[in-house]
Amino acid sequence: MSAQAVLFDAPGPKARRRHAILTVLGLLLAAGIFGAFIWRLYETAQLEPQLWTPFLEGQTWTQYLLPGLWRTLQAALVSVVFAIVFGLIFGMGRLSQARPLRWACGVIVEFFRSVPVLLMMTFLFFFMARNFGMPGQTASFWAVIVGLTLYNGSVIAELVRSGVHQLPKGQREAGLAIGLTSAKTLRSIELPQALTAMLPALMSQLVVILKDSALGTAITYPELIAAARQLGSRHGNVIAAYIVVGIIFVLINWLLTVAAGRVERFINRRGHTAAPAKTAASTLVQGGGAPGEFGANIADAVEEEVDDWRDRNQRGRRVADE
Amino acid sequence: MLDILTRYDILGAFWMTIQLSFWAALGSLALGTILAIMRVSPVAVLQKLGALYVNVARNTPLTLILVFCVLGAFYILQLSLAPASAPLRTQIFLWAIVGLSLYHAAFVCEALRSGVNTVPVGQAEAARAIGLTFTQSLSQVILPQAFRGAIAPLGSVLIALIKNTTVASIIGSQEASAMMKTIVENETGSLLVFFIFALGFVILTLPIGVGFTEMSRRLAVKR
Repeated sequence: MSAQAVLFDAPGPKARRRHAILTVLGLLLAAGIFGAFIWRLYETAQLEPQLWTPFLEGQTWTQYLLPGLWRTLQAALVSVVFAIVFGLIFGMGRLSQARPLRWACGVIVEFFRSVPVLLMMTFLFFFMARNFGMPGQTASFWAVIVGLTLYNGSVIAELVRSGVHQLPKGQREAGLAIGLTSAKTLRSIELPQALTAMLPALMSQLVVILKDSALGTAITYPELIAAARQLGSRHGNVIAAYIVVGIIFVLINWLLTVAAGRVERFINRRGHTAAPAKTAASTLVQGGGAPGEFGANIADAVEEEVDDWRDRNQRGRRVADE
Repeated sequence: MLDILTRYDILGAFWMTIQLSFWAALGSLALGTILAIMRVSPVAVLQKLGALYVNVARNTPLTLILVFCVLGAFYILQLSLAPASAPLRTQIFLWAIVGLSLYHAAFVCEALRSGVNTVPVGQAEAARAIGLTFTQSLSQVILPQAFRGAIAPLGSVLIALIKNTTVASIIGSQEASAMMKTIVENETGSLLVFFIFALGFVILTLPIGVGFTEMSRRLAVKR
């Protein structure tokens, strides 16, 4: 890790002994916390085999977990499509030449980024059920979709804007020089490149959407966590069900993060775009100073920043070595 | 419409949001700092443990963490954070803070780590070259710069945290979004109610966003 290169010298005999002690202490601490948790599970009779065997039965999966997972994925996929459309429209609006349009899109995007998703979902749910007389099932589905779309669409709008801003100026100038209008330059030269550079960021946004779709459980949308609760109340194994569901979430999101990293390296290697591929939040973290910066996937951005920095340093070193 | 504003204690609900945010911010800062130290430490096991925690916590929905805290840890495992005589409200409040802290600590850790990583290697090398000891170079050269680099991302985490306190309503915390739910359910589904609560969150988060951005810009290390 590069951080050590900054902070530490190569360890001598004394430091190595200290590291060995810290290693043992760290392992003991981790084992202690894990052990205490398992002991507590045992004490409260949560480790009984009949609480865990249901996960070996097909019925548990076909009746509870898989339908729940499917609804979670459904909500995430439908809203990511809508969010991309929303993000493109408002992102282009923020880049428009017309000041009022730019301003209006800016206000809308900033507003939806600073309002909690759950607040939107709860309101939409009761609003639709009450004013349009929608049945609960439909209302909860659309409340989840619209809530996720508005928030994530606004984040994507910001991504579009910053993606276009990160392109070298020559791209736009070249477009104008060959006689394209400003709007046409945006559509046929700037946006395609910005979108390619955004692809990894969009994939990490999908992690955020997947996690946030779990909020649907608050408005009776029958997603994975709700399914776990039902399963838990049927077999009396709420804890086991939540742990299994947690593992499912971590696995899916971790795979998505890894895939996003792959795509990013691929794009950087292939050079389809004049801008470097960016992970979601590097723009969000560094933030052009827009208020209401949201750091849901800050960690990815940080990872990105760290990688960038490491690359630069290694390059610098190589130059220095030569 | 006006009588709703007087009959319901909206300011009280937002006060709850602020309290949750404040304590969870402290909690996640403490835990996040420990995790960040682990992740930049030279000890491989500590690094791995820190990375494991961060990857698990940031890939789990906050909803699941909070529900697990109350339904799992509190009701089933009977882990109590307050004396048994304390009202349920207190228990939920404390568990909400624990859950929010556990989740956001992962993001705080990454923000701090990014700060350490904005310091160019040359700075540490220069510090060593002029004969500073490890402690001196850490406290005089690296940490001051690292802290400045971490301000902007920490601000984003704080804003995310404030917005995420709404999730505590799922486990029965009486904060702003729970209050809005009560009003919309019992009184009126008018858009105005939503805008009042949304405005509350804009008021809470906007100054923080502006302030942190301003601060990080002012304190930025010129390179």
